[in-house]
Amino acid sequence: MTADHNPGYAEAGRSQVDAAAEAEPAGFRLADESESYALRVNGRQESVKAAWLGESLLYVLRERLGLPGSKNACDQGECGSCSVFLDGTLVVSCCVLAADAVDAEVVTVEGLEPGEGLSDVQRHFLDAGAVQCGFCTPGLIVAVHDLLDRVPDANELTVREAISGNLCRCTGYGRILQAVADVQQERAGTGP
Amino acid sequence: MTPQHVSAAAPFAPAAPQAPPRRDRKRSPGRGVGTSSSRPDGIPKVKGQFAFSSDLWADGMLWGRTLRSPHPAARIRRVDTEAARRIPGVHAVLTADDVPGEPNYGLEHPDQPVFASNVIRYHGEAVAAVAADHPEIAWRAVQAIEVDYEPTPAVVDPEVAIDAPPLHPDGNVFRHLTIRHGDLEAAGEVTVEGSYAVGMQDQAFLGPESGMAIPGDDGGVDLYISTQWLHVDRDQVAACLGLPPGQVRLTLSGIGGAFGAREDVSLQVHVCLLALRTGRAVKMLYSREESFFGHVHRHPARMWYRHAATKAGELVKVEARLLLDGGAYASSSTAVIANAACFSCGPYRVPNAHIDAWVVRTNNPPCGAMRGFGAVQACFGHESQMDKLAAALQMDPVQLRLRNALRSGDELITGQRITGTAPVRECIEAAVAHPLPPDAGSEGRGPYDPLLLPGGAGRTADHADVRRGVGFAVGFKNLMYSEGFDDFSTAAVRLEEGGDGEPVATVHCAAAEVGQGFVTLAQQIVRSVLGVDRVVLRAADTRVGSAGSTSASRQTWMSGGAVQAAALAVRDALLEQVAEARGVEVQGARRKLLTLRDGEVVHVEGRFRLTLTEALDGRPVEEVREYRHAPTMPLDADGQGDAHVSYAFAAHRAVVDVDPDLGLVRVLQITTGQDVGKALNPLQVTGQIEGGIAQGLGLAVMEEIVVDGGRIRNPSFTDYLIPTALDMPDVQATLIEQPEPGAPFGAKGVGEPPTISSTPAVVSAIRAATGIDLRRVPVRPDDIALGVTGSAFSAK
Ligand code: FES
Ligand code: FES
Repeated sequence: MTADHNPGYAEAGRSQVDAAAEAEPAGFRLADESESYALRVNGRQESVKAAWLGESLLYVLRERLGLPGSKNACDQGECGSCSVFLDGTLVVSCCVLAADAVDAEVVTVEGLEPGEGLSDVQRHFLDAGAVQCGFCTPGLIVAVHDLLDRVPDANELTVREAISGNLCRCTGYGRILQAVADVQQERAGTGP
Repeated sequence: MTPQHVSAAAPFAPAAPQAPPRRDRKRSPGRGVGTSSSRPDGIPKVKGQFAFSSDLWADGMLWGRTLRSPHPAARIRRVDTEAARRIPGVHAVLTADDVPGEPNYGLEHPDQPVFASNVIRYHGEAVAAVAADHPEIAWRAVQAIEVDYEPTPAVVDPEVAIDAPPLHPDGNVFRHLTIRHGDLEAAGEVTVEGSYAVGMQDQAFLGPESGMAIPGDDGGVDLYISTQWLHVDRDQVAACLGLPPGQVRLTLSGIGGAFGAREDVSLQVHVCLLALRTGRAVKMLYSREESFFGHVHRHPARMWYRHAATKAGELVKVEARLLLDGGAYASSSTAVIANAACFSCGPYRVPNAHIDAWVVRTNNPPCGAMRGFGAVQACFGHESQMDKLAAALQMDPVQLRLRNALRSGDELITGQRITGTAPVRECIEAAVAHPLPPDAGSEGRGPYDPLLLPGGAGRTADHADVRRGVGFAVGFKNLMYSEGFDDFSTAAVRLEEGGDGEPVATVHCAAAEVGQGFVTLAQQIVRSVLGVDRVVLRAADTRVGSAGSTSASRQTWMSGGAVQAAALAVRDALLEQVAEARGVEVQGARRKLLTLRDGEVVHVEGRFRLTLTEALDGRPVEEVREYRHAPTMPLDADGQGDAHVSYAFAAHRAVVDVDPDLGLVRVLQITTGQDVGKALNPLQVTGQIEGGIAQGLGLAVMEEIVVDGGRIRNPSFTDYLIPTALDMPDVQATLIEQPEPGAPFGAKGVGEPPTISSTPAVVSAIRAATGIDLRRVPVRPDDIALGVTGSAFSAK
């Protein structure tokens, strides 16, 4: 395939394009690159059948396990919208291969407060006006739970730093920071 | 078949958990107009259960994917899809030959091919689309399509494009607009002149383009889509599919932000073609990279200005030449250039003006609407000039602006008088009234945290070298559609007894909820008019009339007006129904003896008092209304005419710290006064202001699509930076509430003004800190570190 024939973004020097240049498209069968395995998600054992091994944890959660709460704003580790817990550690699930997570405990936004109720972070996001389009919201909720469990008395700068890997295009973060402060006050028993 | 969200119903489905049965018979106070009532989609959104368009899923669905051109300009000699078709799991490969209807679409002019057939006009133009069992198969199939391109020279300089051989049968000038106002020979005592440039900004909404098409039994198609205007999409899609509009049914799917980037058709036609060809549900979802190629961007601008004033600081004349790069296709360029021209002088009394504005076609990525479209570019120009004029006059820049600030009754450079409110002075005074942040060294917390320095955690700046600057800017823009456009919105409101015996109102309106909170306002308006607590929103779709676009800060006014009108009609019909049923005597308008108060129908003479459920008596009441704003006129050959309905104003003050050696900037604080008419939901207004300022800050110091020879160099969030929580400063906002005559509830749209003057305010602050004559946004580190003062127009 010559450069002129390359239908990708060859000129932009993008990684997908490099991968594509090496790909041998004709005649492959995805089944040859697939496996079945089990994942533990939100306390349940889930079986993943004949899944292509290149699928990210985010893809498997969203498209195979019926858990689309984790979002896919960039699929390359830059936005935090896909944040989940992997063995208690905050990760971007778009950058974790699902098949690599077989022995881990995965907790997604859906697992934070199963049932009708809201976690304190979820409730204060709502009340503080921290939700507009809401695409960043699940990732931020997970990230804020992580932060406040680790550093309950984080100051504003620490909070800003901690959520700086979660992009939000709608809010300018003002109401999100307010929501975090409100949770902190409530947990510390100093709230209104 | 309808698509399912795996774990939840469609957005705003009546069964959503936000509306628990209420027993209180009267409307609960605090949830009507003017309160910070919470979003009806809020609970699903925080729980991860809200169905965005990318979450759609259907049994047996296929994945669609687009093949895009790697060249900005080329001829296509041959497209061979054979190898792609042979891949197991590939169900369709479509090219231009497979488009049964109109080959082109477009928001205002249908000039963009569904698939390029023989000419490529921009980097990323769609050439083919595939549908396959798995996204990876779709991706490999796209790679297997062989396209024989013959690259041709790309015309990427808009000045060259004006006179270059046409890049398209429709020519290269989308629109040239001239405004001649007053005495063009008028001269001032002091003159300042400058050239300014604005880079290409991306809307960078978080939820990528996505949608699902499902073939219908009638040969038509159902499309579940994130868009800003369902009906204008439907008309374009139907034309390209060769179907009557009635057979193309669109339903709004959950939208992860828009900011103008969803006004144009992206994957809508492709996904429908694939579904109709395969007879299966097809889902398309752009990657972030493809999103940068798949939607229009903010027009880059080159601007020349000359301002003349008296020694006392009274503006005498403004001359300007504006050139916007529209990229390969028209999109909304004609409206963008009209805004740039009409608002080119800023919110000031300018008795004499001569403006020439062009928007042209090039081989750069297509540009269209982005928050504040046209006004954003011009504001950077006119506010840079106002600073320059203040310096020349040795006048305080805020005083200069106050001296010339527009007031109600003043004439714009289009000859139109402002009949509504124009609290420019109040906005300015409010923005500067907020206290400045403390000096860098005096925060009383010991050593300055390096995270607070320009450059942040990299610890790159030395505290002692950091310089502080304060800057100021004012801007304005029209609300809603202008220049004679028949701008309307439709809403249906139904009032009935719910299953639990309590009254429930249902709103059906096609207005696109993109995150701004129209759904909240719709509920608040119905609660206030009908006194019913439970208000349910039906999914927005094309089964109801058009609501127009969620753009131009228009839905609060337009669809808010339609919902209000429909709710008032329901009230009147209900009172009529009660009057008839209760035999209230006819005296002129018999329902005048009845009122609806706090959720009860009351006879004014005290004869009876009914709950809504009693008044309904088992008979639902439903009314549909169209709302139109006051008519506007086209501009004449001199750019004169009553082209606009209403205007919104805002002022911003920015405080920055700059490391002059490394050229790094940290914005510490932005304060604002914004003209909102009346805040229907103060919390949501605050959210719009803070979010809009973030986008203005982004344009000032970090956001630019780098286009080099027509090619986008940074299509990712790694290389296209948007502000993070660490980049955003403290924002202090004052809402200026002067109800706008003629606007429903007196409210003005609030989405765009925060994005207009925040950018020049930040740049003004950087100039104040560094003394460098910055003439281009975004300001790059080398502009500061190297003190670059060459042409504002050099791209790199
Ligand atoms: S989607 Fe995973 S970080 Fe953006
Ligand atoms: S609320 Fe839209 S991206 Fe955060």
